[in-house]
Parts: sequence; structure tokens; C-alpha cells
Amino acid sequence: MNRSYEVMFIVRPDMVDEDLNKLISTLESSVTGAGGTAKSEVWGKRRLAYKVAKFNDGIFVLMMIEGIGATVHEVERRLRVTEQVIKFITVRTDEELKRLEKVKKLRDAKKKTSAVPAAAPAPVTPEAAAPTTA
Amino acid sequence: MADETRAASAPEGGGSASRPEGRSDRGGDRGGPRGPRPGGGPGGSREGGRKYFRRKKVCKFCVEKIEAVNYKDVRLLVQFVAESGKITPRRLTGVCTPHQRRLSKAIKQARNIALLPFAGRAQ
Repeated sequence: MNRSYEVMFIVRPDMVDEDLNKLISTLESSVTGAGGTAKSEVWGKRRLAYKVAKFNDGIFVLMMIEGIGATVHEVERRLRVTEQVIKFITVRTDEELKRLEKVKKLRDAKKKTSAVPAAAPAPVTPEAAAPTTA
Repeated sequence: MADETRAASAPEGGGSASRPEGRSDRGGDRGGPRGPRPGGGPGGSREGGRKYFRRKKVCKFCVEKIEAVNYKDVRLLVQFVAESGKITPRRLTGVCTPHQRRLSKAIKQARNIALLPFAGRAQ
């Protein structure tokens, strides 16, 4: 019953790469230690839409986590404690992914059936697909 | 009715750049000339009358089959945010209800992580 989450956090722009890598690896190891899996990608320095902790830009890091809620809580706690992290957000993604998969499956099925007959009913399919996605 | 006058000047943040071609192909299979919106009223009989033909707005997400509305996709989201930072209402952009729901959620998440501004333009 694993869930998937995305934790995005922003660190101070003046943070050194080394420290950042260290921070990420400690976070990841805390996740894997709790029996989850983690994958991170660093977006790099980006302009913030508004000032955060008197900084105008920050380094964005996105972390994909699979595991139970407690592991995410632990990651959040660590982020809160780490002073270089100026902002973070957690989004649960498994339900959305499931929904997307369902939609995709439905669409593929539609495509297969409409591809076989003729080209005439093809333009109807987007119409038919619309209510189901709704 | 209020949207009629405003829609003329509306396309400001509404992602108007990519919509026209979507509109036309949708309009074709929708069944004939569907000029005035359902709530548009008689049009010509009113004072001033209908001065221009307005196509029916269609949901960008339905037309382009964008299913995933994600807070990380800032380029997509800014099309539905007014210059003031507000979420553009459905009546101006033509987004369907389910998609608007997801869109507004994504915009709010993006605001939270400083990808979009709460108010005003991103500096």
C-alpha cells in the first residue's frame, strides 16, 4: 500500500553544490532506510515569483518519494530543521497517476476501435472522449 | 451577460495564442453554425445588436488532450493567470469545469512554492 509523493523544496541560492548533494543524499537515505524509494532531480537556480526569506531566487529540488506517510513526515521534519531550505511543498501523486493511467487506457481502447472501421467516425471520438475524461 | 462585453477585450491572459486553431476544428464537428452562446440571448434584437461573430469558446485541455495539469508546468499555468496574478475565470477562458478545478488547484500549489506570484507579476 505504498503511496507516491513529490516533495519540492527550495534552498538558498548561495548553497554550495557539495552541501546540496549531501543534503539530498541524507534525505534519500532516510527514505530508503524507512523502506521507501526516492529519486531526486535538481532544477537548478530559478527566480522566485516573490521574495522568500529575503531571497529573490533559489535552487529548486524535486524529490519523488514512494513509501508510507511516515517517511514523508520524516523528510518534512528534516527539511523544516535544515536552515538552508527556505520553502517546501509536498504533493501526493499516486491518485493522480492512477487517474491518468485510466484515462490513457480508455483512450487507447477508443483509438483501437475507431482505427479499424473507417475514417468517417474518427472525428467523433474526441467528442465521445470528452465526457469520460470529465 | 456581463461576459459579453468583457469577452471582447478578454483574451489577455487566456492563452489565446494557441486557441484559434483548436476552436475551428471543434466548431466543425459540433454540428452546424453555433454562433451565439446558449445564454447569448436574441442578439440582434437588442440595442446595438451583435456587431461581431463570436465563436464558442472551448476548453483548451479537452481540445489538446492535456490530462495532467501539474503545478510544475509554469508555462501552461501562466496562460490562465491574469496579469494581476488572479486565476482567470472560466467564462473568459472557456475551460470546462473539471479542468478548471484541477487548474486552480495546480495554480495554488505553484503559488505556494513560489513558481507563480500570489499577486502581481513575477519579478
